[in-house]
Order: sequence, then structure tokens, then C-alpha cells
Amino acid sequence: MTAPALSVESLSYAYGRGAFALQDVSLAVEAGSFTALLGPNGAGKTTLFALITRLFESTSGTIRIGGVDLRADPTRALARMGVVFQQPTLDLDLTVRQNLLYFAALHGLPRRTAQARALEALERMGMAERIDETVRRLNGGHRRRVELARALLHEPALLVLDEPTVGLDVPARRAIVEHVHDLCRERGIAVLWATHLIDEIAPDDRVVVIHRGRIRAAGPVGDVNRDAGAETLTDSFNRLIAKEAA
Amino acid sequence: MTVTASSLGAAHYARALGGIVGREVLRFVHQRERFLSALVRPLLWLFVFAAGFRAALGIAITPPYETYIPYEVYIAPGLVGMIQLFNGMQSSLSMVYDREMGSMRMLLVSPLPRWFLLTAKLLAGTAVSILQVYAFLAIAWIYGVQAPPLGYVTLLPALVVSGLMLGALGMLLSSAIRQLENFAGVMNFVIFPTFFLSTALYPLWKMQEAGELLYTICAVNPFSQAVELIRHALYMKLNAEALGWTVLALAVFLGGAIYGYNPARGFLARRGAGAE
Repeated sequence: MTAPALSVESLSYAYGRGAFALQDVSLAVEAGSFTALLGPNGAGKTTLFALITRLFESTSGTIRIGGVDLRADPTRALARMGVVFQQPTLDLDLTVRQNLLYFAALHGLPRRTAQARALEALERMGMAERIDETVRRLNGGHRRRVELARALLHEPALLVLDEPTVGLDVPARRAIVEHVHDLCRERGIAVLWATHLIDEIAPDDRVVVIHRGRIRAAGPVGDVNRDAGAETLTDSFNRLIAKEAA
Repeated sequence: MTVTASSLGAAHYARALGGIVGREVLRFVHQRERFLSALVRPLLWLFVFAAGFRAALGIAITPPYETYIPYEVYIAPGLVGMIQLFNGMQSSLSMVYDREMGSMRMLLVSPLPRWFLLTAKLLAGTAVSILQVYAFLAIAWIYGVQAPPLGYVTLLPALVVSGLMLGALGMLLSSAIRQLENFAGVMNFVIFPTFFLSTALYPLWKMQEAGELLYTICAVNPFSQAVELIRHALYMKLNAEALGWTVLALAVFLGGAIYGYNPARGFLARRGAGAE
């Protein structure tokens, strides 16, 4: 059996000497699966995200990417992962092409390969004709598409996105959500998508509900609903959160 | 075709370094105001401050100079150091602001060792500072502040060392300072003391006349060492002592910065907490 694209086991994390931001978190994302990390603001999504991308490191628990331990072999693990951060990370004064080639260089792609893949990835997003425009001239939705194209340049097996639709209008949001679902289906990429918006989750997705640093439920949307005794994911989510508050 | 980055080894490092330096230079070219302000600052010192002080300050013969020199000639290497000091602070401390922080995150999640990424970023900042320095020296040349032509070549390696050292200082500060409201704090508490308590504006012996404490501070200030390294290199001389101290300061600052950005230490964690 092949290792899951992402596996997190017994991960805990506290900022300084404060309370735990994450406590005993375990989850797995299989190839070709769209897994939504669902939680209210402050649930620990961004902390988990920062640990998975190794912006910081926890001493308790393990994170494996395609079976490679992130702490033991970070470069090999990070090479398999594409990342879209919540905050925009494009250079506004550079063109789309320059942004993509910079990223490709960081991943060691030869220039010709990088050029070809950049064009291909932008075509898929319907952004190919904007390749020589500076990012500053693009709207928020288009910038996100460029970031998504960039995250795929090195053909990662795992794509992690931290609330990637924040600040986008409804059509732009829908376009990004659909596009990432397509990537899962058509290319078998494993996706971990952090969000607090339930309407971004499709009925056949998997969902991991996180609240106050702990996993409250995990599995296919149908199973989570059944276990929570609810009809819809919205109801399940509200019950899971309310149970904690009570 | 599958090209996996980690299998490429040295080529991967070279491409990444090229990418990081290339990006910094491109950004610099696009930000004309940044270039302009980097030039205006030292030129004001040269045209206004130095011109005014020329009459008040006599500079005796002091190495590497072999004759009496006008004050503008003395101050020029100090202003070169000032360009690199500002650049080092700005390029690192701009990371403190969110937008640059985002691109720093992007950099740090690339599949390369962190020490390499930070060093490459420093080299990139140094490359930009060197472009600024030569632009300044070109204008100074036209103004009449001229060093031997070959000095502009021997200056280059000195600029690399001093630029790296001052950039590493900025990077270290950016990892240590939790929050920064604006650039003014750094100006007051880092840049001005570093600049004024150095040999950039007056030679050490002049400081000694003013007081022993001031003299000592100026003498141990790494920025003084960098300025003296630059000053001698511009006149085709190697100041081995200044080189040694500058390299030592570079090693200490860079080591501190790499430690500061160590993921287990969680500097980014503290900052990341704000985003949650």
C-alpha cells in the first residue's frame, strides 16, 4: 500500500508557554482526494498549516508527505508539496511570468521546462494571455489563479491551501473551488483545503472538522453527517461546535 | 517527463540562487523611488553636509590617503557604507511588513536548506546595494570626488563582504524584533548610532580628541571596520584587520539570523499567531 499524500499523527503545538493551539491532531489525505479542513476562525487551521509547510516545527507528533518525514528530510518532503497561502505572496511589480519563473527556480526546474510548464499551467487557468502583465494589474481572483498555477509548476502530489478564497467575490470564489476539485479528479492530486465556508465543500469530499485545536470529526461528508445525526454539513458543523461550547 | 528537484543537486542550488538574486534585482529596477532615495540620501551628505564642513574640518594625512584630502574625499567611503547599511536594513526589515512576509514564507517553503535560502537572500540584497554604490560613485566622480580608476575594481570584493555583513545584521534584527511599527524606530536606534559612532564621518584620531569612550565605541563598531575596508579597497589597499573584523561580524550576525529563523525556535510561529 502506498503512503498517503499527507499524514499527520498526534501533532500538538503551543505558542510559547501559552495554551495549546493544536492538541493531538491526526489526519490523512489520500491521493486524488479533496479534504476540507473545516473550522471557525481561530480553530487552529493556520497553525496546522504552518506546521505542515514547516514555517515552524513541533517537537511532538509527526508529519509525513508522501511517506517522507518532514522533520527528518524537509527538502524532499517540501519538494512534493504545492502551497497557496492565505496572504497574497506574489510580487506585485513583477510580471506573471517573472513570478512563476522565480518560483520554478526555487524548485530547481531548468528554465526551458519552467517556461513550458508556466504557460501550460496558466492556460489551464485561462490566464495564458496575461503572462506578461504585471501582477499589480490583475484583480484578486486572477491573482489567486496565478498563485494556484504557480503552486502546480513542480507537479506536486499534494496541494495545501489555506483559506484561498478569502477576499474574493462569489464568481471568483466558485471558479477557484471548481478548479481545485477538477485537479483532484483529473490529475489525482491530493488536496488539503482549509476553510470556514461550508459551501466550498462538495458532497463527495472528505471533511475534517477542527475546533479549538482538536479534531472533532473526520471522514466523507455523508459519514460525518450520519455520525452527527444531521441532514446537512451545516447542521453537523453547528452541532459539533455547539457540543464543545455547552 | 518527471524532473524532481531534489535529484538535481548542485544545479538546483545554482538555479535557486540565480532566481533569488534575479528577483531582487528586478524588483529594484521596478521600484524607481527606492533607487532614487537610495541615491539622494548619500548625495545630500556629499553635496551639502560635506561641502559645508569642508572649511571646519581639516583632515590630516591618514591611511590610505597619501596627501591632504578635501573632506568630500574622506567622507565618500563612509557614504558608500551608509548606502549598504540602509539597504541591509531595508531589505531585511521590509520582511516585517506583511506583504514581504508573504514572499518570505514562499521562500522558506522551497525545498532547500534554510541556511542556503537566507544566505542567497543576503547575496541578492548585497547585489542590489552594489548597484546603488556604483551609481553613487559615478555621480561623485562627476562632482570631482575621484579615486584611482583601478580602485573601483578592487572595491568590488570589499563591497561584497561589507554588504553581506550589514545585510546579515538587518536579517538578525528582523528575526529578533517581534513587531515593528515603522522604519523610524530602526533609524533612531540602529542606523543613526551605527553611522555616527563610526569612522564614516571622522577619522578615529579625531574621535579620540573628543573622548576616550566615543573613541572606543567607534573603534569596535563593525560598521567602522566595514567603512575602513571599503576606504582602503577604493585606494587599492587591503586593510587586513578591517577585513578580519568584518568577516567575524558577518559570521556572528549570519549565525544569529539562521538561528533566529530556525523553525523549531518558532520566530515565525509568533508572527504567524497574528494571522490565526
